[in-house]
Amino acid sequence: MTDLHWLPTIPDWRARLRALGSDPATAWAEAVALANARLNFVLTNALDETVRRAFPAPPAGLATRPVRLAVLGSATLTHLLPAIRVAGLRRGIWIDTYENDFGQYAQELSDPGSGLFAFKPTAVLLSLDAYHLAAGVTAGLDAAGADTALDEIKGRIRETWRLAREAFRCPVIQQTALPVHPAVLGSNEHRLPGSRARFLARLNQALRGMADADGVDLLAVDDHAARCGIERWHDTALWHRSKQEIAPPAAPLYGDLVGRLLAAKQGRSFKCLVMDLDNTMWGGVIGDDGMEGIALGQGSALGEAYVAFQDYARELTRRGVILAICSKNDEANAVEPFEKHPEMVLRRPDISSFVANWSDKAGNLRAIAEELNIGLDSLVFIDDNPFERNLVRQELPMVAVPEVSDDPTYYPRAIADAGYFEGLSVTDEDRERTAQYQENKARDALKASATDLPSYLRGLEMQLICKRFDRLGLQRIVQLINKSNQFNLTTKRYTDEDVLAVMADPSAFGLQLRLLDRFGDNGVIAIIIGRLRENQDLYIDTWLMSCRVLGRQVEPTTLNLIAQEALKLGARRLVGEYIPTRKNGMVKDHYAKLGFTVMQRDEAGGNRNIIDLASFKPADTFIHVTEG
Amino acid sequence: MPTEPEIYRAMTEIFHDVFMRDDLVLKAELSAKDVQGWDSFKQIEIIMATEERFGMKFTTRELDSLQNVGDLVRVVATRT
Repeated sequence: MTDLHWLPTIPDWRARLRALGSDPATAWAEAVALANARLNFVLTNALDETVRRAFPAPPAGLATRPVRLAVLGSATLTHLLPAIRVAGLRRGIWIDTYENDFGQYAQELSDPGSGLFAFKPTAVLLSLDAYHLAAGVTAGLDAAGADTALDEIKGRIRETWRLAREAFRCPVIQQTALPVHPAVLGSNEHRLPGSRARFLARLNQALRGMADADGVDLLAVDDHAARCGIERWHDTALWHRSKQEIAPPAAPLYGDLVGRLLAAKQGRSFKCLVMDLDNTMWGGVIGDDGMEGIALGQGSALGEAYVAFQDYARELTRRGVILAICSKNDEANAVEPFEKHPEMVLRRPDISSFVANWSDKAGNLRAIAEELNIGLDSLVFIDDNPFERNLVRQELPMVAVPEVSDDPTYYPRAIADAGYFEGLSVTDEDRERTAQYQENKARDALKASATDLPSYLRGLEMQLICKRFDRLGLQRIVQLINKSNQFNLTTKRYTDEDVLAVMADPSAFGLQLRLLDRFGDNGVIAIIIGRLRENQDLYIDTWLMSCRVLGRQVEPTTLNLIAQEALKLGARRLVGEYIPTRKNGMVKDHYAKLGFTVMQRDEAGGNRNIIDLASFKPADTFIHVTEG
Repeated sequence: MPTEPEIYRAMTEIFHDVFMRDDLVLKAELSAKDVQGWDSFKQIEIIMATEERFGMKFTTRELDSLQNVGDLVRVVATRT
């Protein structure tokens, strides 16, 4: 399936498109809503055309970063660009695109006078078609000849990556080769070294390793073609007619695959799967049917389908997705299967927030987001009941609600195909996330039993490990820089390259702070970048922290560390800036609270603050600091 | 098998979506020179949308022989 089957159809979509822009105040939100419908390529193009007229530039006050994406390749790509832009829109991201002159991508990359350089991309997508990648390969080649050809194309791709990164210092996405070539040998095609199909399969294999080594992300169209059939992606007749490698009907899915990668780069993938219980997690109604009556597990196809869905949800937790329950039930009834039903795959500790009551689901989703300290736009809500789905879509448009049938068999597929949880890497923190929420519960219990705040904080036995940026921590550092929204003073987003540049800069420092306590390891929870200015001011370029550790004196302890590093660089003052976004209002007065003097406030709500290091007295906290 | 008026109705909807114009009236003689923006890309969009709508594939020879809307409707009629 190349259609966007997890998105709902909107009945009056065409009329709403025609009316788009009549009210400029709501036009962007309305455009985002229209992009979150099941669109074919014709409607995708129509939406793109209208939105581009209404928003030739990004609207003010977006919580997302606009993207300037250069799509480079050797075939016709024009028809893919609207779908990429609409996929950005679907995620609230304004995307501008550039396409190289037909076939000229290598030349443009080497020519600073080219249109590509003038465009100044902030991301590059290399969409090289399979015919181009297999050029010169023929069944007549022997093994050595095929190896040479493979090394050559690998070298050329690597060189292209290098050129793109040196020129634009931006993320590079490489599309894998589509398996468009018909077999010439058969099932044992791999025994023919010069087979083009075999050659591209080997190249795709090699691309995985190369991309990891070089920090490039892949757009795995080969995997998708394997899943839904190459003829859905590639129409040979169209290739002959117009050199479109990817057929227009597949463009909306192609665009969405690109859009979710770009969103993941900004830390805007979803974080939490919220599940209904009755007829979503098991068959039947637990309150009426009881433990023996619900369909779950061996014995029926339906029961096995629910087990398979639970198993998929548990797989998601193992890579860092948080699970929550939102169900209309008496809590005691709702919890019972998690504790006592022998066929349940998910158990109570797998669920980080469990809400079962008779209130409306929109309100309960708000409570879940609050409890987990994440945004509503991080929630995916799955429910078999179309009434509940529509209610949530209407009340909370930022929550993703996949369109599913009442057959649980297809729930894993709907969630996977939608790409809500698109990830670019998996860090140790991701693997431990559910455990960390459990530890938080233990901390809350201690807090409840402690008579006052100091005794609670002392009882936590906290230890902060302060480490300079290093290559080992690079993934997590970049991940935090790009996805922290709330406790983030400047919301500056940096790539791998930028972080490496901080490490190499003698007048700057980068700190990664890990917090441990008696309940466990919170992982790396704060990132600092300081830059020394010529006037001996140390500018705090980046200060971000995970909201999970709020209220534990991490902030003043961090300031002590910043002051210490600043003095080492010979700084006389610290300058802290707050740049407001839609999401970081909680740190508006961060610097004033830490004893800085407010020097300047701007109209947008930002402020600049200063503290003199000569008179700075490190705060006393309950956190023990060690250098890692 | 769809009747000719049914094919015209379906094609009209496709044309309205492709050109974002609800005032286009489809006639057999209508061709690319009569509609602003009907270029080779839009031509492919029309073809692909038609294939999707009627669950059929045009052959390369059929596509090469298309001159106007009437030709398109005739091919759809013979193939569905």
